[in-house]
Amino acid sequence: MTPEIGHFALALALAMALVQSVLPILGAGRGNILWMQSARWSSFGQVFFVGIAFLALMQAFVTSDFTVKNVVENSNSLKPMLFKVAGTWGSHEGSLLLWTLILTVFGAAVALFGSNIPLSLKARTLSVQAWISVGFLTFMLLTSNPFDRVFPPPDDGQDLNPLLQDVGLAMHPPLLYFGYVGFSIVFSFAVAALIEGRVDAAWARWVRPWTLAAWMSLTAGIALGSWWAYYELGWGGWWFWDPVENVSFMPWLMGTALLHSAIVTEKRDAFKSWTILLAILTFSLSLLGTFIVRSGLLTSVHAFAVDPERGLYILGLLAVSIGGSLALFAWRAPTMEPGGLFKPISREAGLLVNNLLLATATGIVLFGTLYPLFYEAATGGEKLSVGPPFFNASFIPVMLPLVFAMGLGPYLSWKRADLAGVLQRLRFVVVLAVLATLVTWYLAEGGPVLGYLSLMLAFWLFFSTLREWAMRIKLFEAPFPESVRRARNLPRSSHGMTLAHAGLAMAMFGFIGSTVWKSEEIIFVRPGTEVSIGGFDVTFEGAERVRGPNYFADRGTLRVAREGNYVTDLFPERRTYPVAQTTTTESAIRSTMAGDLYASIANPAAEDESTQGAWTLRILYEPLVNFIWIGSAMLVLGGGLSLSDRRLRVGAPRRKAKAPAALPAE
Amino acid sequence: MGRILAFIPLAIAAIFGGFFLWGLNPDRDPNNIPSVLISQPAPEFDLAAVDGLETPGLSRADLVGNPRPVIVNVFASWCVPCRAEHGVLTQMVEKDGLTLFGINYKDKPEDATKWLAELGNPYERIGSDLSGRVGIEWGLSGVPETFIVGSDGTVLFRYVGPVVGETAISTFREALIQAGALARGQNG
Repeated sequence: MTPEIGHFALALALAMALVQSVLPILGAGRGNILWMQSARWSSFGQVFFVGIAFLALMQAFVTSDFTVKNVVENSNSLKPMLFKVAGTWGSHEGSLLLWTLILTVFGAAVALFGSNIPLSLKARTLSVQAWISVGFLTFMLLTSNPFDRVFPPPDDGQDLNPLLQDVGLAMHPPLLYFGYVGFSIVFSFAVAALIEGRVDAAWARWVRPWTLAAWMSLTAGIALGSWWAYYELGWGGWWFWDPVENVSFMPWLMGTALLHSAIVTEKRDAFKSWTILLAILTFSLSLLGTFIVRSGLLTSVHAFAVDPERGLYILGLLAVSIGGSLALFAWRAPTMEPGGLFKPISREAGLLVNNLLLATATGIVLFGTLYPLFYEAATGGEKLSVGPPFFNASFIPVMLPLVFAMGLGPYLSWKRADLAGVLQRLRFVVVLAVLATLVTWYLAEGGPVLGYLSLMLAFWLFFSTLREWAMRIKLFEAPFPESVRRARNLPRSSHGMTLAHAGLAMAMFGFIGSTVWKSEEIIFVRPGTEVSIGGFDVTFEGAERVRGPNYFADRGTLRVAREGNYVTDLFPERRTYPVAQTTTTESAIRSTMAGDLYASIANPAAEDESTQGAWTLRILYEPLVNFIWIGSAMLVLGGGLSLSDRRLRVGAPRRKAKAPAALPAE
Repeated sequence: MGRILAFIPLAIAAIFGGFFLWGLNPDRDPNNIPSVLISQPAPEFDLAAVDGLETPGLSRADLVGNPRPVIVNVFASWCVPCRAEHGVLTQMVEKDGLTLFGINYKDKPEDATKWLAELGNPYERIGSDLSGRVGIEWGLSGVPETFIVGSDGTVLFRYVGPVVGETAISTFREALIQAGALARGQNG
């Protein structure tokens, strides 16, 4: 019975969405307040019914209801409860339901918290959001119903794959979806503004918190995905330029550009059509990701089951939403008045450079991801793949100038900046960055030039960000209590920027350290074999067979020492699950701020004289890799700090209106 | 001017859309790399020897006219499982007297030479496939892969991944027996 309730709830949500996609926007055109206000209740209605559908599906998974096809294909009665729950969004149908749920959550959030947004803009925005809902709900009901039944029901479900039973894989999609579905609301705001024909500083201020929230989730989602691939799955790397990683990265890059261009629109009333275009493109890239993952267009380890019918439907959806919004853009954008003028050396110009570089980087990732398809189409069927060498060679050269500009940008004043004065202040930072790089060069003994150049830029970004913050609060210049007072009065968005920019510098230390100074050994070992890596002496003491609850494993024992002193023991395992007939590698990691020592062992090699009793040991040293996660956390926290700024807080503008005299000077 | 500029995003999106529509053609399978199908003749290729190695190169002509079916193994020094597999293959050559040919896939000649010097060289011929071009001809999905090729140059069997561990070795030996390269019961 519950699955039918879920199915019915989806149909009701669609009905609600259909009403919401017409009534409020018509009301906005005619000035009918009641019609406009209907968007509020239909948004709540949508989230309510889609929520019921989601809970119904979850109930089917939790109780292992094997009359539901989706449960049969993606669950098993023996799975631990956590993975039964996570199974709800593990399949194509279920993840689509989650997607739609988040879409409606964002719509309802705007209806609930957007009390400061003018009614007509809010009505139009929610109507546009409802158009997207209609697209996805019909997609689900017509091609991917998660509540399809099977008869006769089988005794048990089909999925027991231990590789997929990982907390990381269970929690990663919801976070990622919050990020890129979150950009839908920004898209809706942009389209509504185009329809309304008005984009101004106020619009940018209303849009910014939503952009920030979506960007934070996406940042966290990508970072966690990478963290889990590295630690839990034992892939021994944190980024692989896989098509599915790329499609989550592109909206992030675009969203980052949007975040910065919206600042210019907010403060200087400039870059209007550019900000609108970025808002449209960011969500378009999210949709594109959904399309690529579900249509079987490219090969990837992450891809869902391929179905051309679904692919065609999503392509239609893409054509209508992206094509429609870009056509609207082409029609309306030229009529938007250009905003404030600025000189080539100014904060605006700095942010323009940031935007152009980020857009170029997005273009490179997009091109690299889709190139195999273009190539195949152009040559009539020849295949190739684009891998990390392409991305590293093209993406990094664009990122380095961006990092340089990031260090400089916050010092520039709006409209017209005094470059000589800024450089004067930054002399000290340049000296510090060069010195720090030289010290690293002395300690690390060698490495590629590009590595040191990147490192110097990371130091530059780190020091210049801290210097800028110190300057604002007059640290060491004024008495300490004065600095504390200044720090308190500084807008939180300013602290947020400092934290996020410093976070990127931290993450860069991690990227550079673990790429440039990574060392790896793959050798045959016998009890007593010693390996030296990254300053550690690792002794293989032997391997034994151990038993787990539903597996047995070969567990190696490694003794790690540094300069003769015992450090730790590592126990890498090779597990075999007899029921599922799968083998997994459980790496052993010793993790410190300085770097990770990472060991895994493979099957005993074949029995002949040269390899009798030997094991294949893979051992890696990844310096500074933990800085990546710390840096990512700082990025997210910086975003959060900025989001909590009083100018963005709900209701803050109204309070300001009551007491205009209290307006702080900025 | 602004009006024309504003159309550019739409135009680019339309071009992308065209490619996507083409890509959705139901006859197209992105996972289907042009591959040598079992019981098809092996592809035409001619690979030079690995630089600095005395073992001669490998071409399609070498696969034809052997008294017994031969093993063609695609390997690389950078490939971890290849190291584990190496012993199994060596044993097949030394104990079972099988003929083993190698395709050294996207590997630096000096690395390959060092690798073989360390582990021993059971290969009768090794072709150096630096560009990976021949790998595509063979429909390679990764390294290592091992093929059994009949005396008439027909591909009889393909094993994806390392021939390591009891199951893999027995599967592979069974295929060798089926191909007539090994007598049943012959056990090294």
